[in-house]
Amino acid sequence: MTKMYLRLAITHISKSYDSKPVLNDCSFTFAEKGVYILTGPNGCGKSTFLRIAALIEGPDSGAVSYFSGDEVLANDISLRRRITLVLPRVGLFNTTVFGNMAYGLKIRGMQKRDIEEKVNGYLKSFGLLHKKNQKALTLSSGESQRLGIARAMVTEPDLLFLDEPTASVDYKNSEIIEEIILKMKEQGNPTVIMTTHDTGQAERLADYLIRMNEGSLGLSISSE
Amino acid sequence: MHSIIDSFSRALFLILNLNKELLGIIFLSIKVSGTALVAAAVIGLPLSALLGFRKFPLKGLIISLLNTFMGLPPVVVGLFVYLLLSRSGPLGFMGLLYTPSAMVIAQTILAFPIVASLCYSAIVSVDPIIRQASMTLGATPFQISVTIINEARYGIMSGIIAAFGRVMAEVGAILIVGGNIAGYTRVMTTTIALETDKGNFELALALGIILLAISLSINLGLHAIQKRGALLQR
Repeated sequence: MTKMYLRLAITHISKSYDSKPVLNDCSFTFAEKGVYILTGPNGCGKSTFLRIAALIEGPDSGAVSYFSGDEVLANDISLRRRITLVLPRVGLFNTTVFGNMAYGLKIRGMQKRDIEEKVNGYLKSFGLLHKKNQKALTLSSGESQRLGIARAMVTEPDLLFLDEPTASVDYKNSEIIEEIILKMKEQGNPTVIMTTHDTGQAERLADYLIRMNEGSLGLSISSE
Repeated sequence: MHSIIDSFSRALFLILNLNKELLGIIFLSIKVSGTALVAAAVIGLPLSALLGFRKFPLKGLIISLLNTFMGLPPVVVGLFVYLLLSRSGPLGFMGLLYTPSAMVIAQTILAFPIVASLCYSAIVSVDPIIRQASMTLGATPFQISVTIINEARYGIMSGIIAAFGRVMAEVGAILIVGGNIAGYTRVMTTTIALETDKGNFELALALGIILLAISLSINLGLHAIQKRGALLQR
């Protein structure tokens, strides 16, 4: 039986850092599959919104609820293993490219042989197979970003959060990353929720476009 | 001047023709300091992890104490362990004074704050992004801690090697609690002190050169580890 796909409801969340409000009463429901793009000016709270939605941080008030069918899922490790966030500064581990890829599978207790097979498959589709044994911290920023997305994708999440995946990346790598996201869009899996300040990119990739202004979701949603 | 050169050449002769007694002294030095280092790591590493990952009262005080104890004068530690182990002391019944075990205890006390403090620094200086990244990939809190320790491995190794350097070169504590008994508790540093007193410079020098060589190799190892860590943390 395939798992029911995840729906995410954000209700009235607020968040402040050092008493400076970043998010103010944001609500949104990600009910359909597809690619959601959050755009908005720098510092409007996009990254904070993603980190809270991806359960990396808690909101000061409000709720983040995940549903499978009609059932609300508990915020536990098994839910957290169905979603993943790629940070803008990826946070590669000080080991090989392969070691980085294998991490998510290893901590899920997967067998060594299965890990090898799966990692090789994903490295190939992300164009990184020839770098398999290279130290991850010696990759270029574009390759690091690609590895970050590949490392997240190899865990086969239901929901993939991408925080500015092409912000510090050259044109060529940016194109490759867009192609990867378009492929996910085509397959309808995983659901992607991503931030970008590149409006052209937002239009190219989005199924749903969400504009964010100064700490709240303006919700000018344009569904294509 | 002539006598220094003379002593040097005779010292080199001794090194090239290592006799059994000399080898025994070198071996005991490494054994005592090595055992103390293992003991210090067994206590110090978990403590550094605890300090690195948990918040609890008096944590700041413990860290300050560890930093202070990094510079403990060996003779003071020697005196303290002596009082503990001497016949009238609280642990006198164990009969450990003037044994290699007493030397291990003293050196463990010297090495432990260095291991704990430097490993703690290594753990807390791991980029916070590593914690977040492992979290996003679905790690449990325990797995996150293991990942952070793994990222800190070069700093942790540096800390352990620094502690080894300190106890290998130390003489005050082991002289007091070991008693410098020939063939039993006599190690390199205590032999150097004794032979210098006796005017037997060539043996003292020979051991000094060997001790320096060991120190040098420890530091070369440390340098290689730090270089590797720095290269990978670009």
